[in-house]
Formats: sequence, C-alpha cells, structure tokens
Amino acid sequence: MAPEKIVLRFGPETADKPIIYHLAKEYNLVINIVKASINPHKEGTMVLELTGERYEEGIDFLRQQGITVRSLAQEVVRNEEKCTQCGQCTVHCPTKALYIERPSMEVKFNGDECILCLMCLKICPVHAMEVRMLSEL
Amino acid sequence: MSIQRTYKEINDRIKKGQAVVLTAEEVIERVKDKGITKTAQEVDVVTTGTFSPMCSSGVFLNFGHTKPRIRMSKVWLNNVPAYAGIAAVDAFLGATELAEQDPRNSKYPGEFRYGGSHVIEDLVAGKTVRLRAGSYGTDCYPRKEVETDITLQDINEAILFNPRNCYQNYNCAVNLSDKTIHTYMGTLKPNLGNAHYATSGQLSPLLKDPHLKTIGIGTRIFLGGGIGYVVWNGTQHFPAMLKDKDGKELTGAGGTLSVLGDLKQMNPRWLVGTSFRGYGTTLTVGIGLPIPILNEEILAYAAKTDEELYAPIMDYGKAYPQGEGGNLGLVSYAQLKKGSITIQGKEVPTAPVSSYPRAREISYTLKQWIEKGNFLLGEPSQLLPGPEAGLQGKALS
Repeated sequence: MAPEKIVLRFGPETADKPIIYHLAKEYNLVINIVKASINPHKEGTMVLELTGERYEEGIDFLRQQGITVRSLAQEVVRNEEKCTQCGQCTVHCPTKALYIERPSMEVKFNGDECILCLMCLKICPVHAMEVRMLSEL
Repeated sequence: MSIQRTYKEINDRIKKGQAVVLTAEEVIERVKDKGITKTAQEVDVVTTGTFSPMCSSGVFLNFGHTKPRIRMSKVWLNNVPAYAGIAAVDAFLGATELAEQDPRNSKYPGEFRYGGSHVIEDLVAGKTVRLRAGSYGTDCYPRKEVETDITLQDINEAILFNPRNCYQNYNCAVNLSDKTIHTYMGTLKPNLGNAHYATSGQLSPLLKDPHLKTIGIGTRIFLGGGIGYVVWNGTQHFPAMLKDKDGKELTGAGGTLSVLGDLKQMNPRWLVGTSFRGYGTTLTVGIGLPIPILNEEILAYAAKTDEELYAPIMDYGKAYPQGEGGNLGLVSYAQLKKGSITIQGKEVPTAPVSSYPRAREISYTLKQWIEKGNFLLGEPSQLLPGPEAGLQGKALS
C-alpha cells in the first residue's frame, strides 16, 4: 500500500493535542512526519505520509478535531519560461519555498517546502506559478 | 590629468572594437580597486539595466488597408480596445487597457488576466491576434466593419512608444492600515506586513546619472530586447535630488523617459504582459542605457553603489492614495536587498517588484552589443532637463 501524503493545518486550540499518538495508537497508521512547523501565534502546518487500512477513519478523526486536511495529490510548479525573477512572491510565501538567493538576487523555488496554500498563484504578476495534478506527472 | 572624452571619440573606439565597456555592477568593483581617476582613464562606457512594470507603455500600429477601404474609428485587438481617433488604420494600444467584459474590481480583488500589455506580448511572440474594427463609412472610406487575424509580421508598422518609463527612483511601498491592500506595487499586508520596492538600485539607468548629464533626445538604448531611443522626457519628469537631514545630496529621483522603438525587433523575454491583482494590467519592460564616461564626475555617479542610493518609504494605505505627501524616511537599496528593513521600530520583510537578475542580464547584453560594434552611442541633440531645472508637478483641483 502506497503512503498517502497530506498537509494538516491547525490552529492554537489544536496545536498542543497529541494527534499523532492517536493516529498511531487508535487507527493503527504508519506515520512519517515529512515536515512540521508552528508559528508564534501557535498556528501550524504538518506534512505527513500515512499508511494503513484505517486511513479514511484517521482522516475523519483529524477533521473532527478541527484540523484542515488537504491531499498532496497536486503540486505547485513554477513555469521557468514565464518567471521574470522579480521576487514579489517571496514575501508572501508562508514557508519560504519561494526565496531569494543573495547576493545574486535570483528567485528560487523549493517544491519540497511548499504546503499548497496557493498564495503565489494570486501574487505572481506574470502567472508563472501553476498547479499540477500529480497523476499528470 | 583628468580625462575628457567626446561621443565621437567613444564611437570611433567602438567601431574599431577597442571600447572598454563595463556594466554598472562591474564598474563599482573597478572603482573600488583602482579609484575614480584611473578607472575614468580606462573605461569608455558603463551599461545599466532595469526590468520592471511600466504602466505608461503602448504601441502605435498601422494595419494596412482593406479593399474597399475602412477608416477604423473603433478598434479591438483580442477584444481589448485600442484608440483609433487618428488617421485611417492607425491605432494606439495601451498596456493598461482591459479586455471588454473583464470584471475589473467588481469581485474585489480582480484578477485582470488579459489586457493591452498581454496583446503586446502576444504580438511580439509572433502569435495571431484577432483584429476587429468598426467605422461610420465615408465617401473615401466606405467599409464599416472588418474582422480578421493579424500577426506582427503582417502589419505595416508597430512602434512601441512609452510616454513614461524608466522612473529614476521609486517609492518603497508599505501599508500602515489594518486591511490588506492591492496596488500597482503588489499586495501589501496590513500593519507594515511587508515592503515592496522597485528599480534595480545600482543597475538602474537614471540612478546612475542623477543630473542627467548624458541622457537626452536621441540617446540610443536597449528597449524590449531591440534598439530604441529616448525621444523626450517622460510625462511627470520632475527630477530632483533626495537629501539627508543635513541637506547633503543622496540620490536622484523623479526623472522619467519617453522611449520609442520598432516592436518588430523586440523580444517577448523583454516585454511581458503583467497583472497586478486588484489593480490592473501593466507591461514589464526591459530598458538599458549606456552611460558614456565623458569625465570623472560622470563616472563617480555611474559607480554609486546600493549603499549610496536611497528610496523613500511611502504608506500606500493612506498617505499615497489620499495624496497627503510626506514619507516614512529613506532606506538604502543595500538594506532593501538584504530582505528586511526597520520602520517605526518594526522589522518589515522586503521584496522587489523589479527583477534584479534580468536587469543584470540587460546590462551584460548591452555591453556585448557595444563591444561587438553593433551599437553606437547616440549623442543627444538636446539633454533632458535635470534637477537644476526645478520642474515640479502641478495638482489638479
């Protein structure tokens, strides 16, 4: 069974709950934490890979806790032809997946850091950021 | 002895392939290494560049005549209106014009996905564009409508004519209000959430010649990937020097250029249709100017660094839209490029609106053109008014 890759977004009221413990103990899921971060306002994101027969029940449990769950079946890609390397996106990207390399001032995109908030699609003035379904790869 | 050069002497050296050309970045290193006097003796030309949204851009088009003839009093290109209140089959398409039925800001913030700037990019890319025109019919121009496909190659002329480009310096835009705002400087988060700045600092053409000692009517330039010309000062050309608290001159600001060139020579890499959410469309234009090193003073300005060049910080939440004037202080381009600045005691992350890597590429391209002898300097038949002219904007009541 291939692992399902998901993004969790949680607020201050759920950030301190032992969610991972419940997923493993009660739903018997194999969990790989790809990335986790919590900001000063106690809001956080977590990227997980989950494997197990009770995956759907585990997702329902997460949603009942008030956690936003999104599948990573899509990804954000940069159209290198279109990107003009301005850098406006970098200050709007919450995980610094888009960042400026100094001193060259080149704009880089690290897809591994992307949590699919899609803010860059709204910000990019030349529409260089695109969403791609992973099944199309 | 301090060097003096003429345009003719520099052009003679370019023709012989002997001209020494450095980019505005390279000359900084050379001056640090060898000093002004020695560098001025060695270097003939410094090349600059900027790649930035420039709203006051557009193209004059002549489509050729149909049989029977039409005067074309209304024109649309890919459903974007162009101004046709000039001679038959001439039209001017502006970068910020929007497609008919674009929802604008009716669902705020609007997306503004297609406008005049995108038509210009499509034309330059060689794509087919739908032309629709209407007229009232005259004895000499009887036809009343036409609809057909055109490409850039098919039509007689396409003259890029941008009446206000290449702003000498620009505001660093912030938002002091408690709401997110959408501006031509991008999306600004509330309560000093971010700061956006334009120009490419030490690579920017007019920041490197603040007194406009070398720029005037007939200056030959890199424009949109082709060769263009400065044809006049831009609209709202009010050059002045920003000063520090002690009245010491810091940086030029307020100058603008009117530029013109043959769109058929240009390249979509350097003319890019651009959409600012909640604001509208604009054209991102690549411009590079060569600065002839006629004397040491011109070199000293051309060698200014990001540490020595400053932008004013402006609140786009209230002060700018309400026309209140005043600013929140000056900040150096070096600081802006580091990624955060301090305003009112708060650390504010910065992001550019202009592309520094592309500005650098323009300065290198122009350098290569000159080194290969393909590009001679255009001696201005008249210099643009400088800060000494004291030009100031008038308010509309």
